Formats: sequence, structure tokens, C-alpha cells
Amino acid sequence: MIKAILIFNNHGKPRLIRFYQYFAEDMQQQIIRETFHLVSKRDDNVCNFLEGGSLIGGSDYKLIYRHYATLYFVFCVDSSESELGILDLIQVFVETLDKCFENVCELDLIFHMDKVHYILQEVVMGGMVLETNMNEIVAQVELQNRMEKSEASDQ
Amino acid sequence: MALKIVKGSIDRMFDKNLQDLVRGIRNHKEDEAKYISTCIDEIKQELKQDNIAVKANAVCKLTYLQMLGYDVSWAAFNIVEVMSSSKFTYKRIGYLAASQCFHEGTDVIMLTTNQIRKDLSSPNQYDTGVALTGLSCFVTPDLARDLANDIMTLMSHTKPYIRKKAVLIMYKVFLKYPESLRPAFPRLKEKLEDPDPGVQSAAVNVICELARRNPKNYLSLAPLFFKLMTSSTNNWVLIKIIKLFGALTPLEPRLGKKLIEPLTNLIHSTSAMSLLYECVNTVIAVLISLSSGMPNHSASIQLCVQKLRILIEDSDQNLKYLGLLAMSKILKTHPKSVQSHKDLILQCLDDKDESIRLRALDLLYGMVSKKNLMEIVKKLMLHVDKAEGTTYRDELLTKIIDICSQSNFQYITNFEWYISILVELTRLEGTRHGHLIASQMLDVAIRVKAIRGFAVAQMATLLDNAHLLTGNTQRNGICEVLYAAAWICGEFSEHLEDPMQTLEAMLRPKVATLPGHIQAVYVQNAAKLFATVLRKHDGETESQAAQETSQLLIDRLPLFVQSANLEVQERASCILQLVKYIQKLQQKNVEVAEEVTALFAGELNPVAPKAQKKVPIPEGLDLDAWINEPPSGSESEDEKPKAVFAKEEPKHSRSRHTEVDEKELARRREVRKQEQASNPFYIKASPSSQKVYDAPGVEHIPVVQIDLSVPLKVPGMPMSDQYLKLEEERRQKEKAERKKKEKKKKREKRGKERKADSGPESEEDITPAHQVDIVTEEMPENALPSDDDDKDPNDPHKALDIDLDKPLADSDKLPVRTHRPEVLKSPAEDRDGESVPQETKKKSGKEKKKDKEKDRKRSKEEKKKKKKPKEVEEELLESQPEEAVQSEETKEAAAPPTSTSAEQEVCVLMCVCLQEVTAPSSSAAAVDTSSAAAPESEPDEPKDTEPEDTKSSKHKKKKQKKEKEEKEKKKKKRHHHHHQHHGDAGGEDSVQNGTVEEEEPLPPMSNYSLLAENSYIKMVYDIQGNHQDESKVVVSVIFENKSDSFLKAMEFNVLDSLNSKLQRPEGAGAHDSLTVPFQLPPGVSNEARFVFSVQSIVMPQKLKGTLTFIVKSDESSTHEKLDFKLHFTCTSYLITTPCYSDAYAKLLESGDLKGSSLRLEGINMPFHHLLARICFHHHFSVVERIDSCASMYSRSIQGHHVCLLVKTSDQTVSIDAKCDEPSLLGNVLDEIKQTFSKC
Repeated sequence: MIKAILIFNNHGKPRLIRFYQYFAEDMQQQIIRETFHLVSKRDDNVCNFLEGGSLIGGSDYKLIYRHYATLYFVFCVDSSESELGILDLIQVFVETLDKCFENVCELDLIFHMDKVHYILQEVVMGGMVLETNMNEIVAQVELQNRMEKSEASDQ
Repeated sequence: MALKIVKGSIDRMFDKNLQDLVRGIRNHKEDEAKYISTCIDEIKQELKQDNIAVKANAVCKLTYLQMLGYDVSWAAFNIVEVMSSSKFTYKRIGYLAASQCFHEGTDVIMLTTNQIRKDLSSPNQYDTGVALTGLSCFVTPDLARDLANDIMTLMSHTKPYIRKKAVLIMYKVFLKYPESLRPAFPRLKEKLEDPDPGVQSAAVNVICELARRNPKNYLSLAPLFFKLMTSSTNNWVLIKIIKLFGALTPLEPRLGKKLIEPLTNLIHSTSAMSLLYECVNTVIAVLISLSSGMPNHSASIQLCVQKLRILIEDSDQNLKYLGLLAMSKILKTHPKSVQSHKDLILQCLDDKDESIRLRALDLLYGMVSKKNLMEIVKKLMLHVDKAEGTTYRDELLTKIIDICSQSNFQYITNFEWYISILVELTRLEGTRHGHLIASQMLDVAIRVKAIRGFAVAQMATLLDNAHLLTGNTQRNGICEVLYAAAWICGEFSEHLEDPMQTLEAMLRPKVATLPGHIQAVYVQNAAKLFATVLRKHDGETESQAAQETSQLLIDRLPLFVQSANLEVQERASCILQLVKYIQKLQQKNVEVAEEVTALFAGELNPVAPKAQKKVPIPEGLDLDAWINEPPSGSESEDEKPKAVFAKEEPKHSRSRHTEVDEKELARRREVRKQEQASNPFYIKASPSSQKVYDAPGVEHIPVVQIDLSVPLKVPGMPMSDQYLKLEEERRQKEKAERKKKEKKKKREKRGKERKADSGPESEEDITPAHQVDIVTEEMPENALPSDDDDKDPNDPHKALDIDLDKPLADSDKLPVRTHRPEVLKSPAEDRDGESVPQETKKKSGKEKKKDKEKDRKRSKEEKKKKKKPKEVEEELLESQPEEAVQSEETKEAAAPPTSTSAEQEVCVLMCVCLQEVTAPSSSAAAVDTSSAAAPESEPDEPKDTEPEDTKSSKHKKKKQKKEKEEKEKKKKKRHHHHHQHHGDAGGEDSVQNGTVEEEEPLPPMSNYSLLAENSYIKMVYDIQGNHQDESKVVVSVIFENKSDSFLKAMEFNVLDSLNSKLQRPEGAGAHDSLTVPFQLPPGVSNEARFVFSVQSIVMPQKLKGTLTFIVKSDESSTHEKLDFKLHFTCTSYLITTPCYSDAYAKLLESGDLKGSSLRLEGINMPFHHLLARICFHHHFSVVERIDSCASMYSRSIQGHHVCLLVKTSDQTVSIDAKCDEPSLLGNVLDEIKQTFSKC
């Protein structure tokens, strides 16, 4: 199970947060801060797994993250997920974003948080991996965007 | 401004959208909070408008603000509004917002049920998809229950997009509403073979999640997964399946054997590192599960270790990390294979990546030996010095201690070295682990007698330099060490060279700045040192030194008397007075040393940490029983009108108590004072001492601040490195000597001092430097071995521990929207005759029972976790009556054909999969198939029923063989007891319970018996007692409406007897009737419970009663009544209570029981049926069964023991019974006789 997905930038500003278990807002912010603190002090050439986030989960949970330019993509997962698998999944997710936004950058995430959520919803659902095939994800996202457009033009 | 007044769609163009909000926030970096609060005000305005587009826009902005940490739950209702928009665009915004901020506590969630249901059945797949996605984040138990059926339908949707979402969300539904698991599982299983790979992957995902928590319920799916594993090419699916197998193999070793080959193939063939890694992991799990039995898997281990080495050597840090992680799993079972890679792992300790260093540390733990311990620890100590972050340093510290102290200090050859390592560790600044070091010091000093002299010297130096440890900067953790130091110096003060100096060190004013609990130890041990000093100077005529010591204490202790810490204060003032008294005696030249030493005489033995827990509960001690009668707690009981038997005694005693308080206490105080005055041993408070308390104020104490910020080497401390050198020299010398010796003698007894000397051969050559005697920890006598793994009782997954192989019963249905969920049959069926209504009645009763049972099972399972192996047997007994009920159920519940056939298929597959491994297994599996619907099977609790399980397929047995063997041993032991009073105990291979690996299924049984019936209504009832209340029984009555009319206003009344009374609510008269809390539509039955209080239970009783009710049909309504007789049998006062056979034997030997016997002729049923009947109908449990003879036990609600010895030969059954209440026994026997005369 994935317990949370956090995207924040090099300064710890959240760009997308998705918790699959309920935490109150202040707790969520605390988790983001703690996670940022843990992740940001690590060099880029160290491993992408991290234990010891005290706020989420416990010993069974791991932080698996990737750092792309200005953004950190952090997945908090339990032991039923394959570590390398989740790393691949982050890659798939980022590549999908790249396709949907055409050369995605932090600004896209800043201004289109909702769209990023909709894309993520096609990848992970309720903490479980829904789809890993990028073409399938992109196709579903585009179909829904098309629906939205047709609704807008109806007005 | 003017524009704002204009309403309409044009206006919307001027509203901020999400992008504007984000831009605005970025432009207001200085006053972000203020800007956002104005935005929130705007949003509130927008939410008040009717236009859904405006609302959706506002909700979208709120979602963004929620991410920034703003609580937006106040807008929950608006979010629901947006969710229910007909437009996909807005709906999506609404669901997104809901998934971000709704949770179980959100009260508007209950408003969404119908909207979500509508969306789920929408013709537009994306409406459905959005609803499913949203629901997956905020599903509550209520939503899960109400929507489970709708979602289950979606699992067979035509679109794979919906199917896969529906499959995934089922996991969330199961978690929130565990009852849905069984009915939904067959379909979920089908989805494993869905043509769409996405759906298949989702199903694998869900089942893996489920199986991870409760693997044993999913063993039967193994063949299916095996097939998938060999056929699938999707790495995601493969990884999940392989992970799942990793969880299943510990339960089924033969599965593991089967797995090794395909996994090895995958390891060789795959290019995906993630898959390779998981394969290696599962192979490791398999090897662990096989570790004992299979010698020829060394090739697989070699392969794994080799692959892992490649991973660890990889430049990719991730692979390195995972390699180390997996390596540590191998370490547990195959340490030797890992040890050969020590070089690599030590190398990883130098890695720049902390995660990798930590993993390498974990590995080191398992790699130490006597030979390399010092070397490894030296390396770690170097790292400690280099380590930059405190967390990593602390981790190193704990690892060093873990490594050294593991398995009872097994690898330590030189404890002087270890003590000096510990002392060196105290130099660590800012560590949190002071207490850990302290406890190690204590542990070693107490348990290794030979080291005490050295340890005490070291501790004395530590105390002398205490100021260095408590340097004012970061004294949070490390000063804990002083606690240990002070205690060791005090307790083993006879080893001190200069106790006077240590005493002086312990009484320095600076000590007062230490934490209270440490000061307390200081004070107490100062007294011990004092005693030692006195004894040293004993015999000397000029006891100048001794008197000086007393003076020192008298001077310094007042400081502690003033401590704010109560413990310190109390001890200090006690000891101060004592010393003053001693001083007086000294001045009179009285020899006091002896007496003072006697204060601290005797040696403290180390006690095992779990010792307290393991003290067995003495025979006959019932911790749940009241010591005194409980005071009547509730108001209602106090006011109970005219209690004939229980008079107002409790009240009386209570009031008496308060009177005692005032006068008595004063009197007692007086007496006590006088007693003390005349008691020479009582030290009286002297007025002089009172003064001392007040004299020096805190301000007068000179506080010397010694500030040393440089981490220091405590002077006079030997460095651990020295030991390393010494040790090497010593070993070399020894080697040389040994060579000499070996020429003479082959082998001398060596290493004798070490108790657990399990090191490999080569290590035995290393003798410890000291003659070390590790004192083992004390345990209470006949302590029970236990392995308690406390699992979190709140784990939501516990509820999902549901047996899925059992065919679905009628009760296993998802709730469908109906108005009367309780209707079991249509009224038309009603007239079909007697048998049908009876069937349904039983069922509904059973449904309830089943629920109860589930609860019980759950709680039992929790208990089981904590149970000691011995108690497992108790479990077996307990499960007996339940089993009977269940068996009945399984038989009656006609299994839907689909599930059974699927079941068989699975079994056959299992058979195919496992066939080649061992020949007999195929037949076992065949038995399995046939028993799928066999009534006796209780796969739910394979552990419980294991010995008597008719089918218990052999593979299951094999796995538990070990367990069983142990059990058998115990059993045999117990037989000895048993035989003493059981002369005729025949075969050794007895079986615990009523049913052996036998024969025919049990016939159905029900505890409910007919109370009364007429053309409208039928009542059946059952009576149960419980141990908690010895004067109450609960009568459960099932009312069934047999008519076409509506039954309402049912009132239940009973004519109380002196002995038994119906408990009526407060304020009701003794003859008032109780309203049955429900109405009955046609064909419906329901259960009500009535509590009766009973006084004497030795006689059966009949109570007359009446049920009145109104029959309401379309045309008319009539008032009806039905008389009945409630029969309280003596059996109904008995409660199934498990009993150990040895306790049982004692009970019989005690001679308090009176006997009676019974002979039944012409009983024509198998013995286990007979026993099951007695268990079921008369609430007994089988204590032990040997061939055709069984001992049984039960207890009444008032604690009477009832013991039966049942023997059978031909068709005659003889029952010898004993009970402490003859008339109760007589009646119970009569009832048993009746039970069997009926059949």
C-alpha cells in the first residue's frame, strides 16, 4: 500500500499532497516538513530509500523518492510494495506528466495542481497501483479532458 | 465595485480562478496569510451563489488551500453540492476536493450515499470512475456497507477501466466492512483470470494485500497464483505474486520447494532488477522456511548470496541498499554464507550514504564471532568518533552495545575490555542513550562476578570525574551512566580501594544538579559506602576515621534533605537520622559496624525481565472472582424493591465504614504513638534534627561550575585499544602454549566457564581472559515458556481474517437495498407446513449466534497470540461446542454450486502442483476436495481443530508436525497424572477432544427449544449463563411471525417465583410485562433477550408466562395471547469451561466432590457424537479422551464443579459423575438421560 504521495520543491513548498490515510491538515503539514527535512539533506548520489519517518506509519514504512531538478517526488509505502517497482512508478508518473504538459516544469504543477491530481488518480487509486502503462494513462486522461472541453463548449 | 453588483454569467469572468489564486499568493510573499484570508472570504461569498460553476471554481481553490494546510472542512457541504453536479467537469472537482478533505468524522458523508450510488451506475464510465476514485479515499463503514453490492456489480462491468477500479476499491470496502469479503471473494477470484491485464493486475494487487495480513486463508489460491506466475509477463503482476509467495511459504514448505525452480529460472532470465530482487527475496523466504530440513539447497543460497553481492557491488546506491537489506534476511538462517562477505560489508560502513551504513551495521550484528568481535567494535568506535550527525552516532552506539551483548554476551571474551568500551562511550556528547550504557554496566557488573573488582574501580573513577559528564551543555542523556556507577560502587563496595574517596565524590554539592532519580541512588548508595567504611575501620580502637565519615555524611546529607524530589528527600532524611544515631553510638565507643552492614546484607540476584509475567497462576486462584462481594454498584440495584434473599447488608457495611473512619483512626493513632514510644527500635523524631532541615538554604550552597567543553579522556581510564593489543598477544601466547600442551594432552577441558558455548569449532579455541561466571537470570519456579508476540489488537486487518474456502452460507450476503432485510421467506411459503418455518427459525437464531461467534473468535484469536503453548489445548476444548454449531450450519447452508466447483478446481490444482513432491499428498488433497462441504470441517481455525479435524489434509499436518510433537510430549506427561485416578486409561495415543480423526459427520444440533406456538407466532428459546454474574441467566427468545399479518405491541411477561425473577426495568412493578423491542412483519423472525435473576441453581424450574400481542391485518386487528412455560434446566446454569487435565486431577483428588452415576442402555451412536452431544447440549468440555473413555468438565454459574467420566462399551454408556452439589448433579444427570432418551 502507498500511504502518501508528496511532491514538494527544493524549499519544501508542497506542490501536491495526496494522503491515502486521514491526517488532519496540521499533521499533514508536519509530515511534509519532516519528510522534506529528511530528504533534502541527502546528496543526490545516495540511495533513494529512507527509513525512519516517525510521523507516518512506523518501521514497516519507507520513503521512496526521486529528485527531479527542483522537485522531490516522495512516496511513502509499506513493505508490500517493491522498492524498485515504486521507483519505476515514480518515473512512469513523471513521464506521464511530461507527456500531458509537454515538457513539464515546476510551474505546470504550481498552476495546475488539479490536473496533476487527475493524472495521479489514473496511476494510483486509494493507495494501490492502478495502472503502470503510460500510454493507457495518457489515453484515459486525454479522454476525460476531451469530455471537459465538450462540456465547456456546450455552454 | 459596481460590477460586483451585477449578477449573471458575465460576472464569473471576474472571479479568481485557481491560476489567479496561485499567482496572487506568489505575488503576496510578504503577507501571504493575510492575502489568503481575503481569498477565503471571497470563496465564502462565491459558495453562497447559486451558480454551480462559481461554486466549483471556489471548491477547486479550496482544494489548493487545503494543500497549503488550511482546514477547509467547513465547506464540506458545498463540496457535496459540487459532487452532485450533473457535469463531469464539476463533479470531478467536487470528488477531488472530497477525497482530499473528507474522512470518517465528516458528517456530511452520509448525505453522499445516494449520489455516489447514482454516479456508480451512471452510463458515463468517467462519472463512475471519478466516483470510485473519490470513494476509495473517503469510504466509511456505512458507505462500504451500503455500496458494497453496487461496487461488486461493477466488478463485472463491460469496460475494463471500470472493472479494474472496482476491483481495487473492494480492498477498501473489505477493510471497512469485513462482512463483505466472503460474498465478494468468488468474484474477486474470477478477476485473477480477467482478459484485461489491468484488471488482472488489480485483482492480484488486492488479493496480495489481503493475503499479506492473513496468509493462511489464501493458501488454497497458491496453484492459481503459481499458474499466473509461470504465464504472466507483466513485471508488476509478477512482483506482487512473488511477494505473495514470500508470505505463503512459511505456512506451506512444500510450496516453497516447488517454487525454487521457477524462481531460479526467473533470476537467471530476467533483466528487470526489481523482479530479480523480489525473486531473490522470495527464494530467501523459501530457504528460511526450509532451513532445517533441506540440506541440498546450498546451491540456491549460493546463487542468492552471489546475486546479492553483485547488487552490493553495483555503483547504483539503490541496489547496494537493497542488496544489504536482503543479505540481512539470509543472515538469520545461513550466517556462514554471509560471513564470507565480511570484507564487502565492512567496506559499506565507509559509504557516504547513511542508509547504506545503517544497513551494513545491521548485518554486522550477525557476523561477529569471538574472534572478530574486538576488531569489529574497534572499527565501529572509530566511526563513532568520525560520525557527524547525532542520529547516526546514536545508532552506532546502540549497535555496538547490541553486538556485544547479543545472546548473553556470547562473543565477549574479555569483560574488562567491554567495560572500558562502555566507559569510552560515555564520552559521547549529546547521546540519548545514557540509560542503555547504564543498563549494560549494571548488567555486566551484576552478572559477571569476576569483573566486579574492575568494574567498581572504573565506576569509582567515573564518579570522581562526574563533573565531566554533566558539563552544563548537553547533560540530557549521558548522566544516566552515573546512576549505574553510583549503584555499582555502592552495591559492590567491598571491592573499592578507597571507599572514603568515592563516598566523598558522591556527596559533592554538584550532585544536587543531577536528575532526581540519580540523586536518590546516590543517597542510598552513600549509605552503603558508609557501611563499608565503618566495617573497614571496625576493630580499630581509634575510630577516628569512622567518626569522620559519619560527620561527612551529617554535613552533606542536609543538602539532599532539601531536594525537591520526594524520593531523594525521603531517603536522605531517613539516612541522615540513622547516621546521627550511629554517631551517638560511636561517641560512646559502641561497635556499630556490624549492625550497619547488616542493613545492606545479602546479595541481589539478577531477575529476568519477564520473570514477573511468568509466575504461574496458582491453582484455584481465580483472578476474575470477587474477593469481597462487590458493593451494589448501580442505583437500580440499590433500589430494587423488596429483595427477599439479598438483604440490605451491603448498605450496612458501607455506612459502618464511614463511622470507623473518624473515631477509630484517632484512637488507632493514639495507640500507635504509645506503641512507638515504648518500642526501642523505633527512631523518634528529635527536635534537633528539625533545625537542621531549616539551617542552610539553597543559596548558601556554593555551586562550583566546572565547564569543560572539550570532550575528554577521563584520566586513569584504560583505553579499550590497549585491550585489543593485549588480547592479541594473549591469544598468540595461548596458541603457543596450547601447542605445547597438545603434545602432551590432546585436549583439556576448556571454555567450561561459559554456559552457552555454541560458537563454531574454531572459536572454542579462544578462551576468555577472565574466569567469567555469567550468572543467569532468575526465573520463578515452574515458569512457563512463552513467546508472546503482542500484535496490535486494533489492527483493522484482523477483521479480515475470514475463511474464504468455506462455501457461502445464506447469511453471507451483501446488504441489498430493501426495506425489510430480515424477511427470510415470502408469506406465500408460509402455509407450506411445519418444517419450513422451523428451518428459518433456526437459521435466524443461528445468524445471531454466528455473529456472536465471530466476535468470540476474533477475541479469541487475539488471546491466542498471547497464549502459551500449553494453553493451546485449552483452546481445543473451548472450540468444541462451537464446532458443533458450525457443523450444523455448514450442512444446512446449501453451498452455491459455483463456489463449490471453484473450490474443487482449486483443490485439484493444488493437488497437481504439489503432487510430485510427496506421494501421499495427492490422496490428502483428494480428501480435501471431498471435505470441502463436509460438516465437520472448520477451516476457519485450522490450529484449533487440527488434531480432530477429519480432513486435515496432510500437508497441513506436516507443517504442524513439530508443534504436534511437542504437544504430544506434554500430553504424555499429563497422562501420568491422569492414570492415577483413571485406572483403565488404555492407549497412549489419545486424542484431546470428543472427535477423533474419524468417521461420520455429526448430526445437526440446536440449542433452541420450543417455548410455545400458535397459528400466529412461534417462540423458541435458549438459556445462557455467564461467569461474571453468578445470579443471572439470559434467556434468548426467537419470535417468529407465522401469519400473514403484522404482529406488534408484543409484551412478554413471566410470573416470578421466589427463586427466579425476570429483571424488569427500573420503576416497573413486579408483575409488569416487558415490551418486546420490535415488531414482526409477516414471515419475519427476530430475537429478544431477557435477563433473569436466580438464587438457587441446584433444581430445575419452570416459570409460567404469557406473551400478548396485536395481530394487525388489512381489515382488522385483534389482541392475542400465548401462554408458555419457561423451563430452566440445571444444564442451563452450566457454562462450558475448559479445564487442564492436571487441574482436573487435583479437583478429583481433593475429595470435596460427591459422586453419582448413570447408565444409559442402547445408545447407538459413535462415541464422539455422544461426547459432542453432551458438550453441546449440556455445556461440558472434554478434558481428555482415551479410546472409549472420556473425562469431561463443566462449571455452574455459581462455581460448582461438575466432572464426568464417560465410558462406553457396546451400546451401554456409563457416566460416573462428581460434583460438589449432589442435587445439582442429580438433576444434570437426569437431563443428560433425557437428552439421550430422545434420540
